[in-house]
Formats: sequence, structure tokens, C-alpha cells
Amino acid sequence: MKLDLTLNGRAVSDDVRPDLTLLEFLREHGCLSVKQGCGTANCGLCTVLLDDVPVLSCSVLAVRANGRAVVTLEGLQEEASAFVGFLADQGADQCGFCNPGMVMNTIALLRENPDPSDDEIRAYLAGNLCRCSGYEGQLRGIRAYLDSRKE
Amino acid sequence: MAQPQKDYKCVGKSIRKKDAMQLLLGKAVYMDDIVPRDALTVKLLRSPHPNAIVEEIDVSLACKVPGVVAVYTWQDVPRQRFAIAGQTYPEPSPYDRLILDRHVRFAGDPVAIIAAEDERAALGAMKRIKVTYRVLEPVLDPRASKDGPILVHPEEDWYPPCPVGGDNKRNLVASETDSAGDVDGVLDRCDIVLDRTYHTKAFQQAMMETFRTYTRLDRYGRLHVISSTQIVFHVRRILSAALGIPKSKIRVEKPRIGGGFGAKQTAVSELYPAFVTLKTGRPAQLIFTREECQIAGSPRHEMEIRVRLGADKTGKIRALDLYTLSNSGAYGEHGPTTVGLSGHKSIPLYTGSLEAYRFAFDVVYTNLQPAGAYRGYGATQGIFAVESAVNELAELLHIDPTVLREKNMVRQGMAMPAYYGETAGACALDRCLARCKEIFDWEHRYPVRDLGNGKVRAAGVAIAMQGSGISQIDVGSATIRLGDDGCYNLILGAADMGTGCDTILAQMAAECMDCDVDNVAVFSADTDVSPYDSGSYASSTTYVTGKAVERACEELKERLCRIAARVLACPPEELTFCGNCIRRCGTEQSVSLHDLAYQAQLNNTEAAEATVSHSSPISPPPFMAGMAEIELDKLTGQVTVLDYMAVVDCGTPINPALARIQAEGGIVQGIGMTLLEDVRYDAHGKPMETSLMQYKLPTRLDMGKLRVEFESSYEPTGPFGAKSIGEIVINTPAPAIAHAIYRATGVWHRNLPITAEQIALGP
Amino acid sequence: MMTIRDYVMAESLEQAFALNQKKGSRILGGMLWLRLSSTPITTAIDLGALGLDTIEETEDAFSIGAMARLRQLEQHPGLNAYTQGAVKDALGSIVGVQFRNLATVGGSIFGRFGFSDVLTVFLSMDTEVELYQGGVLPLTDFIRQKRDRDILTRLIVYKKPGRFVYRSMRAASTDFPVLTCAVSRWDGVFRAAIGARPMAAVRVEDETGILPEAVTEEAAAAFGEYVAARVKTAGNLRGSAAYRTHLVKVLTTRAALALGGMHDET
Repeated sequence: MKLDLTLNGRAVSDDVRPDLTLLEFLREHGCLSVKQGCGTANCGLCTVLLDDVPVLSCSVLAVRANGRAVVTLEGLQEEASAFVGFLADQGADQCGFCNPGMVMNTIALLRENPDPSDDEIRAYLAGNLCRCSGYEGQLRGIRAYLDSRKE
Repeated sequence: MAQPQKDYKCVGKSIRKKDAMQLLLGKAVYMDDIVPRDALTVKLLRSPHPNAIVEEIDVSLACKVPGVVAVYTWQDVPRQRFAIAGQTYPEPSPYDRLILDRHVRFAGDPVAIIAAEDERAALGAMKRIKVTYRVLEPVLDPRASKDGPILVHPEEDWYPPCPVGGDNKRNLVASETDSAGDVDGVLDRCDIVLDRTYHTKAFQQAMMETFRTYTRLDRYGRLHVISSTQIVFHVRRILSAALGIPKSKIRVEKPRIGGGFGAKQTAVSELYPAFVTLKTGRPAQLIFTREECQIAGSPRHEMEIRVRLGADKTGKIRALDLYTLSNSGAYGEHGPTTVGLSGHKSIPLYTGSLEAYRFAFDVVYTNLQPAGAYRGYGATQGIFAVESAVNELAELLHIDPTVLREKNMVRQGMAMPAYYGETAGACALDRCLARCKEIFDWEHRYPVRDLGNGKVRAAGVAIAMQGSGISQIDVGSATIRLGDDGCYNLILGAADMGTGCDTILAQMAAECMDCDVDNVAVFSADTDVSPYDSGSYASSTTYVTGKAVERACEELKERLCRIAARVLACPPEELTFCGNCIRRCGTEQSVSLHDLAYQAQLNNTEAAEATVSHSSPISPPPFMAGMAEIELDKLTGQVTVLDYMAVVDCGTPINPALARIQAEGGIVQGIGMTLLEDVRYDAHGKPMETSLMQYKLPTRLDMGKLRVEFESSYEPTGPFGAKSIGEIVINTPAPAIAHAIYRATGVWHRNLPITAEQIALGP
Repeated sequence: MMTIRDYVMAESLEQAFALNQKKGSRILGGMLWLRLSSTPITTAIDLGALGLDTIEETEDAFSIGAMARLRQLEQHPGLNAYTQGAVKDALGSIVGVQFRNLATVGGSIFGRFGFSDVLTVFLSMDTEVELYQGGVLPLTDFIRQKRDRDILTRLIVYKKPGRFVYRSMRAASTDFPVLTCAVSRWDGVFRAAIGARPMAAVRVEDETGILPEAVTEEAAAAFGEYVAARVKTAGNLRGSAAYRTHLVKVLTTRAALALGGMHDET
């Protein structure tokens, strides 16, 4: 099927199978930041923005993105760079495999709520699993970033 | 502290991981990101039966599916048995595997290998393979396995490379008894003997990146393997044995790894694409689905541990008698070794008062998912049992459990008979417990507080130990090389699986070479390039490989002085390495590192690099105290972990931020296995928690507040006084939370996980 | 692995309905469950262009399009004001924000899933379901109907002045519930909707007037017993029937007590 979408600000056209997932499509189009973790919509690793809304790309048909704007971490390097250093300072990146999904959802959170409380951060990121870090370092990193903005 | 801390420039600093920004910005660094897209997709048809013989298998229809390149069955593979456990040769694990076996031994055991141009073709072919099974009765209960009527491995060519008491004709992977003193006699004379049995399950590591391997033939026609593994050198040896090709024909490298926790200390995924590449000559890749990871991975050994604890009325623990029954599942990977830690890394915690101990075990086969290595490696299971028993004793005697431990626990300088006779050379366990009590506010939080709405708050405690590498076995190596303008390459065979060991080892190198950490470029790991390293497991990398780095740097400095001696035309003994230059003592003469690096490339016969292998005769234990505060809903049974406080003695923390994250991550995994993660099989031996929808990992809403501190000791045999931290951190949550649940309910839960239903309705 | 032969973005409900009559056709909701099914789909029908993704509020009702996302509901000020936050309480624990940005209310209700928080919370309100062919019927009736090839287009929630409390029991915070419980009072009647039994939610009304207007602890406990006696439970991976029945009592009692502390919303 014909598919036209905007991918990281660029117009992309392709002919795809109707059952191709957006996750598969994005990886085929070089967006390798997008990871599959569970395949059952439970881990958040495949989070991308679809018309600015964070979604699980494993559960979206590529054809359903027709005419819409998809943004992956490849397209948000600058916005991510503003805060991921604070996560790095905590060592919270660890194995890194969950990082892109978590960073994408954090960006969505901060766009929606620029000054979230710790509980709001935990609630918004609850769908992003991490097996390495124990989460606390991620929270410290985000908190440090938010505090740095207030200075 | 045993030794005053030097003013380090790089060691002891919380610097960023060298790969942090690449990882956080989603760069292409993992196996599936870096390999070419043209590889064959490999899929495995897996047995639905836990015990069956493949009577007939017809792949003709499958081979006709467009895009299918080949389908292999047991008839196509070599007949030499091997083990896939990543262990030093000769492995303690039995040789009980074939790439494909006609006898399938668990629901999930591979029956056929499918290679196709894409995933859809491979899956299409899978449906068209016709298998006739002769279904056999399975052994599903580990308690009924030993000397039972059904043999999991009846084959005549079952082979144990090491004498560990195994016997396939008895379903035994291993069996042993170790003791010191007259246990029965001491127990007879004790005022109190607790006899309790504890049970833990085959928990999954559930690293975010599933098992995966890519293989191809390189420019020399050798098998080039790119795999998400902790053990490149062991994988090379295992592949050589399994495929029947020389090691000189195999190269194994690891890219970044999306988590391991021990799962990737077993060659779970490597054999199949390697076999396909050898057969077809084409690149191949196998990426496990999450379901495959859950049903055919390499999880923790399920253990049932009977503890007999003898004490006097004052709370002096006089004897410990442990019997561990470990369920290895269908194959014996890590079976003989994990079980050892259940006793050898729990009993020594009470060295302070212990007069006698005995530790016996059986490791049995069953027709369930084979187990492997998971962070803690048996110690986690043993510590849950022993620490719970100690808490039970404290509650029985109405002695504060921290006070009870102060009476009995191991202290610095004590010889530990149950820990291979090693001495606790650096041990801050007493300080860990004291500090933990203080910052947790144990005095006020240990008493149970009723909140009046059916909810109570309560606290629990546990202590733990682990090891630092496998003594007299593990080898860590490092090559350090001076580059053009004074930079260094540090080349390793250890495996950073997210832990940050690449960075930690670079910090050590930078400290030794008196330079910036950024000036040390790290490479790991590739069997063609790296110096031999057993791999990253058994909490070995900081302690064993770290020491290799330190020693390699010393050797490099000597070499650089010899090169400088030629440049400055003086004896090398008169030269001192000063970081950015080499200086001649008592003179103004020196040569800068920058110039020396170029001199090393000019008419020079002394290599500006050094490689050192290191091994340790001992395995100094790290120690830890953990305390949990929970809120328990007495009606629903819901347990909410409010606060987890831990104080760790890992010797010198080389990178405190990374050490803290290790502790926090381990604690949350420990909380998961205590309260959420379950492993169940149906009556037909099929696993039930086959996805992350059913196998519940803790989310960031399930772990409460974590606080971690360090009480450093100085381990003289470790690099900069370091011991280990990677594994110990998972050991305290289960006993501490079980203790808190007892405090809240008056009921001891001795089986993990402890579910809300069991709390509400009784275990 | 999910397979789809054709995908159609429907241009009208009429077209969607016609396409959906064929065996092998499926209406697409959020696709979170559908994607896990290996039953081949011949025609996947997307309702995404039919304007069904809105939540409209009038003086006496909410009209919720089938394609509205759970996250929209969770964040809807009107719905949450009307239910005193019960909608947010019900939906906020479902997996994660990204999941709820995909899951549709229509998919959740049409599936009549046993585990559904969505079904439970809407069952506690005066809710009707609008079907393309079947017309409008109460949600209580819809739940009992067998799944057919009709299309759910909207939910209509009447703003009966009332009080609502939602409770669920979960092992992990974002897991499927072990039990869901929504207690409400409107038209002068207390009701308890119980889901994840693990069968689809059912509603029990306080027909005998156990609960007084000002709920007491004794009355709440009696209501818990009353509801538990009328709600059938069963066991699955997440809990036994006995535990669920126990939870029906506990959660209903607590929700009724919490409800007693509130005032009717007008």
C-alpha cells in the first residue's frame, strides 16, 4: 500500500504491506533508535511521537501513519541533548536499550508539563520499563535537569 | 578504613560512562543496529512437549515456501555433545547438549532450524513442518527427580568434564556434601533448633534486549560471530566444540549489549545462526522473541533450601546445616556451580559465632526450562533462606534482629571455614549494618505501626555477601598501548553489558598513567583482538580485570622508560614516568609523552604496549546490609515497598555513581522476585508467564524510595582497594521484605514470590 | 504474527459496516490486543476518518466517539468533574501513557474484555452504547450480547447527578487488575460494578436499600457481602476465585465508604 508521511520533518513515501508495524517501518527507514523490547505493548522501548503524541510504534500499523507526522529520537537530537547529559551524570543510561523510548516519553512529558513533580514523572514514565537502573537514577537525572533550568 | 585513601584523580570519581551519550541519544550500537540487512532470518521450531522423541519430521513442504533457504533437523547436526555454559574449560557443567536433539526435553527445546530470506517466510515454513512426536511422561517435580523412574538424559554419551557428583542415570547434575565441625553434635546441644524450608523460583533476567546473534563468513572464510554476549572467548570455544570446527576458524565479537545479568553468560542463541552460516555460506541472524526469552532462556535455578539453625538462648548462632535441592531444568548449564553459592555465600555470614556447619546439595534434571546464571548465582537463593531463618530466630527470641546479627556476623580478619577457608581481609559489614540502622532510623521503624485503616507499616532487615570473581580460575587481561600523540588504547576481553566496566577500567588506567579518562580509548571485546578474559560474570571485572589493567599500566610505564632511555641516552633506572613526560631524576632532562609516542614509531624495538593477565587466589566478598519499610494492606494483602535502604561495602567504589546504580538496579530486581515475578507451569509442563504482559517486572511505581550508601573497606588484593558490586545487590530484598511482611502479619512466607493473595488468605 | 491482507480507511460507516460483514474482516481500534492475535485478517477497517474520536459534552450527557483514546477520557475535565475523578482513577493504571494514547474506548468496550477497567467504570454510570445497526442500548444489555459484526460508534453517558468511586487491585501498578470495583450512586440507588472477575464486568444494584444515604461502616460491609454473594468469580493466573470474592467484599466496602463521604454532583 502507498504510504506518505512526514518522518522527522522529511516527507517519506513508500509502498508497504498493510500489516507492517510502524516499528518495523521506522527501523527499515534507518530510525534505529526505535527498539522492540517485548512485542506485547508492555515495555515502552518503541515509543515515538505520532502527531506529537507518544505512542507504542509496535502497536501502530505503518499505514495508519499515512498523512501524519512521525518523530523518533533521530529527529529530536537537540531537544534530547538538553537533558540526557543529566541522566549520563547519574550513570542512569546503563545498558541503554530502553533509553530512546524513555527519552522520547520524557520529551513528551516535558512538552505537556514543563515542571512536573516527582510523582508526575513516575506516573508519566510508568510504561517505560528499565531492568538495569532501578529507575531512581533516571528520576535524579530528570530532577537535576529541571532544577538546572530554574537557576 | 583499613588503608587511608589516596587522593585519586580518576578513581573514586562519578564520571559519565564513555558510551553514555551514544546510548541516550539512540545511536546505532547494538547487534541489530550494526549488521547488514541482508542476513538470513533464522527461526526455531520448538517442541510443545516437555519430554518427547521426534519420531518423524517432514520438512519438504516447509522447504517449498518461497524465500525459505533451508530447514535443518536433528539428522543434520554433529553428534558430539557439549555444554553451552560460559565457564572456564573444563566446564563443571555436563556435556548434555546437541545443536538439535531427537530427544526434546522441555517445552521450547528446538526441533528444527529454519533459514529464510525474511521473517514471514521463516514463520510460514515453521507452520509447514510436520513432526510426529512420541510423547513421554515428563519429570516436572524436582523433588521427585533424583532416582525417579523417568530419566531426562538417558543417553550413553552424557559426559561430565569435571567430577561434581553428577550421574545422568540418577537425574543428577551434581551432588556434594561439605562440612566443618560436628554439626549434629552441636545441634544436639543447642537450646533452639529451627528447621525451615524455603523455596525460590526460576526468575528471569528479562534484560531489555533479548538474546541475539549475527553470523557471517569473513574475508578469510572464517566464521565471524557478532553476538550479544558476556563471554566472547567461551562462545568461541563452545561453537568450536558444537560445530566441530577449529577455533582458528572462529571470531566472536560483542557490540553494546542491552543487558545481561548473567543470561548472556550462556551461549543461548549463538549455535543456530552459526550452523546456518556454515551450511549455507550466507550471513544469518537470530533474534529471540520475548516469548522465546521467557520459555527458552537461561533463568535462575529454582531452589528448595532446608535450613537447620542451632542457637543458644542468648541468640548465639552455633550451627548451620543446609540442604539445597536445585532444579537445573532440562540441561545442566551452571547447575553444579550455582548451587555451591547457596551455602558457601550464606553460611559464612555467621562466621562470628558458628561452631560447625554442613552444606549438602543435589542438583537435578527436570523437563522444565534449563536454568543458567542470574545475578547472585545461587547466593541469592541461599541468602533468602539463611537470612530468613536468622530473622525467624530473632523474632522467636524477641531479640532485635540487628542486635542478633551484631552478635554473630563475620568481621574483618576472621577466617571463614565455609568460604573455602578464606579470610575476610576487608570487611565493613559491621559498619554497613550500623550505618544502615542509623539512616533508616531502625529504632523507630522496626516497631510495627498500625495506620488504623487496615494498613500497617513494618520493617525488615537482611545482610548479604557475594564474591569478587572465581578464585584460582577467572582470568582477566588488559592490553594498554601508547598511541601517536600520547593517547592510550585499552583493549579488553571483559564485557560491558551496561554496567560501565569499560569506563571503570579506563578510570583505573587513567589513574595509573596519570592522564585524563578521555585520553584512554577503550575497546572490548573481540576474540581476534582482545587479550584473553574469562568474560564479565561472577562479579569479576572490576576486581580481576581491574587488577590486570593496573598491572598492565605498571608494565607499560617500565617499557616507556626503556624507550625514553634510548631517547635520553641514559639507563632506564634513572627515569621516572610523570604522566605527560618521562623525567631523568636529578636533571632537567625529560621527554614529553607526545614526543615519546613518535619516538616509539621510529627505529624502535620496544613495543609501546603491555598485556597482562591476572588471576586471584582469593575472591574477597563484598558485604551489604539492607532494610525495607513496607506498607501492608491486611485485607487485600497488598504490599507497597515505601523505602529501601542499603549500605554496601564493595571495597573502594571506583565510580560511585555507577556503583550506586548497580545497587539500585539490583535492589529493584530483588523487589521484583520477592513480590511480582512468578514462574509457573501448567499441568503439561508448559510455562505460563511467556511475555512481559504476564511476567511482571517492577515499574517505577513499584519500588518505593531507594537510598544507597557505601561503607568502604580497602581490599589489598584488589585494584585501588576495590572488591565487587554487580551481584551482591540483588540479595537482600527478598529476606528483608519477607521479614517486614512477617512483622506486619505474624506469618512467615517462605516461598517466593510472596503474593498479595497468599498474604490475604494465607500461604 | 499478525497478518492483514487489505487495509481500508473507511469513508463512511455504511461502507465500514458492509466490509465488516465478511468473515475475516476486523474493525481496528487501538490494535493493542488485535496485534497479538495470529488469526489472519482479510480486511482491516479503520474508522479513523469518521470523526469518531471526540468527546462531546452537553447539558445532560457525554457523547464519546468510539475512537476516542483512553488518554483523552482520562484527561477530560468534564468527565472527571462528573465522576469525581473516577474515570481518571480507572484508566490511569492501564500500562502507560503511550498505551493509553492508542487504546480506544470503542475497542475496550466492544471487546467486552474481562480485565477491562474501562468497562467497569462505564458500567457504574448510566451508559448507553450506540451501534451502527443495533441502535442505542444500555451498556448493561450490551455486555450480555454475543460479539457480532455490528460497529460500536459512540458511548452515551447521562449526567445523572451522582457519586462515583473507583478501586482496583493490581499486583504490579500497571498490570491487568486482579479485580476492579466501581461503586456509584445515582437515581437514588447504589450500584457496584465488578470486573476482572476475571470474566467481564457485572453490575449489582442495592435493591434492598442496604446502604443509607450517609454510608456507615456496618452498612458498607453489609453491602460488600451482598455484592460478593451476587458476583460470580473464577481463578486465573492473577488470583483464585476465593481471593477475588474476598476482594469483591473488601473493595466494595471501601468504595462504598469512600462514596459515603461525598456529595451528589449536580
